[in-house]
Amino acid sequence: MSPAARDLLQAPDFSSWTCPAPLRDQPRVVMGHGGGGAMSAELVQHVFAPAFGGAVLAQLGDAAAVTLGGVRLAFSTDTFVVRPLFFPGGCIGDLAVNGTVNDLAMSGARAAYLSCGFILEEGVELSVLGRIAEALGAAARAAGVEVATGDTKVVEAGHGDGVFINTAGIGLIPDGVDLRPQRVVPGDVVIVSGEIGVHGVAIMSVREGLEFGVEIESDCAALGGLVEAMLAVTPDLHVLRDPTRGGLAASLNEIAAAAGVGVVVQERAVPVPPPVANACAILGLDPMYVANEGKLVAFVPREHAEAVLAAMRAHPLGAGAAVIGEAVPEHPGMVVARTGLGGTRVVDLPIGEQLPRIC
Amino acid sequence: MKYIDEFQDPELARRLLDDIHATVTRPWALMEVCGGQTHTIIRHGIDQLLPDQVELIHGPGCPVCVTPLEVIDKALEIASRPGVIFCSFGDMLRVPGTDRDLFRVRSEGGDVRVVYSPLDALRIAQQNPQQQVVFFGIGFETTAPPNAMTVYQASKLGIRNFSLLVSHVRVPPAIEAIMQSPSCRVQGFLAAGHVCSVMGVGEYPELAERFKVPIVVTGFEPLDILEGVRRTVRQLERGEHRVENAYQRAVRPEGNPAAQAMLEDVFEVTDRAWRGIGTIARSGWKLSERYREFDAEQRFSVSGIRTLEPAACRAGEVLQGLLKPHECEAFGTTCTPRNPLGATMVSSEGACAAYYLYRRLDLNPAPARLEASPLV
Repeated sequence: MSPAARDLLQAPDFSSWTCPAPLRDQPRVVMGHGGGGAMSAELVQHVFAPAFGGAVLAQLGDAAAVTLGGVRLAFSTDTFVVRPLFFPGGCIGDLAVNGTVNDLAMSGARAAYLSCGFILEEGVELSVLGRIAEALGAAARAAGVEVATGDTKVVEAGHGDGVFINTAGIGLIPDGVDLRPQRVVPGDVVIVSGEIGVHGVAIMSVREGLEFGVEIESDCAALGGLVEAMLAVTPDLHVLRDPTRGGLAASLNEIAAAAGVGVVVQERAVPVPPPVANACAILGLDPMYVANEGKLVAFVPREHAEAVLAAMRAHPLGAGAAVIGEAVPEHPGMVVARTGLGGTRVVDLPIGEQLPRIC
Repeated sequence: MKYIDEFQDPELARRLLDDIHATVTRPWALMEVCGGQTHTIIRHGIDQLLPDQVELIHGPGCPVCVTPLEVIDKALEIASRPGVIFCSFGDMLRVPGTDRDLFRVRSEGGDVRVVYSPLDALRIAQQNPQQQVVFFGIGFETTAPPNAMTVYQASKLGIRNFSLLVSHVRVPPAIEAIMQSPSCRVQGFLAAGHVCSVMGVGEYPELAERFKVPIVVTGFEPLDILEGVRRTVRQLERGEHRVENAYQRAVRPEGNPAAQAMLEDVFEVTDRAWRGIGTIARSGWKLSERYREFDAEQRFSVSGIRTLEPAACRAGEVLQGLLKPHECEAFGTTCTPRNPLGATMVSSEGACAAYYLYRRLDLNPAPARLEASPLV
């Protein structure tokens, strides 16, 4: 051992063991601002919401519930920047439909009309654009929604990533349906509609050229029909979320925080398909934080839970539905997992994007 | 899931725990060397399930945590230069240097890319002959061989626009340094299985004998950890201090000779600074003379780095097992993963991050309703 090391170890001077200054105040946008976690929330909270104002925006839901001419509408927008444009199980076209349809569905609304804005990078092949448009149209027809208006812009080569799509949508909220986290109460049962983490791992496998033994297909799907089936059992669902960016963990945390309740998840009850679990284990990711595109999480009054679960399982998009936990009065705002071995852990809001670890 | 599920089986875990509870008669302090082990312990709540007499002390084995600030600042400096493509594993991107991190460099226009294999960086170098491609080579004996392979390949293929920023460290000298510290409380080690799968167990018998500590090689699943604890405690209770391999499905006694040969060819052992701990003799690798031209520090003559570390963080004590993360005044208040004071809080394998992410609840009133509901 060098004399310097020996000195350090034998006469510890803890004041010299220090760490760098925090980087909370990023002067520029970084990738984490779009990750659907704490950084995204801060951007909305500190930049957008104060600038825009408005009581409706303050709901901060996936879709805004607005009343227009005495009619309750759900209104939502989403922008899609996925790379690669085509991936196992879908492409940016059907993603752009299903994403907005699902945001509307989470407020109980069946999407009626969509707008569709394309930002195209100079040089994109028209055949590629055609395939995306076909997929987008097919997804809209499958979801029972009409693309009613649209827009196209082209940016110079190098200023985009091929194709970006923005969609906005409106739909009617049925009478008696009032889905928002503030309605969640302790005792509510937490149900997911199926296996989680599939979309995120499917994208990662093609984007990074990773192979996990079997091809993993995105779960990209429109959830309006599933939500209708659930509401047919009872309109008294408390809240629905589609756990996209930030995964199940982000959705549960957002609901816990907005509802002022704690959430307890039984870790072994969370359905994770083996290829996703394997991929996550290899990369050091937690499936709870991986994005989904065709799943929802529901907080349901306990007395309706069994019937709602049965209705979900009877629907093709809810066949793998499972109860994963409950809302509790303790630790409000916090999500806690009961581990398979019997310990407990906090399931935090992700900060930005999950990063594969070094080893 | 094969190879994972069976190592998380609650019934088998219960049996191992029962055995540990039945074996322990007095307090023991064990150190798990690797940050991956720490995360398994905290994520699955293993420390909550062990007898009170068994204390797990978290070791320095997080490659991100121990990478010196000066090296991170050098990375930031190189990554900021025009004409450079800087490649790194993902978890280094959020680690703060003196005044920024690699994400920020990227937002300022730097070409910083996340790769999943160092060979991807080499491929990027082949595809971008007009640019300099630098790979951030950090980590223990686990990541050093593939990084060495990259340099070997670059040399063999004549790829001259590739270089490695090296900050590799070796585990056995760190164990030695920890045991030599007068404040050391460690009585037994759970050695890192993946390190041993490369290096074998040959370096450990001498350490076990010299410091009279049992060293049990373990894997990273919950049952691996419990079996490691069980074997270590059993040795301690019997007054033994042997090296045991409890990870035989991955670790052969001789390790991986091909990986060792690659290390020997490309690297040479050197003194290396460990963040929060200090310089430990012969505890790292640098590029050997033959491959020195691939050394990014030389190629970019990074000098004049002035690191600035404000004195708020006690990560060094955490890294040496002298302090539990939650015993730090800043833990969970001024220091969180969103707002980290130190690398141990920002790294995915850092002990502070593990405590914050998974164990924060213990600092709040205990949950009363964790029993499974009838529907679950």
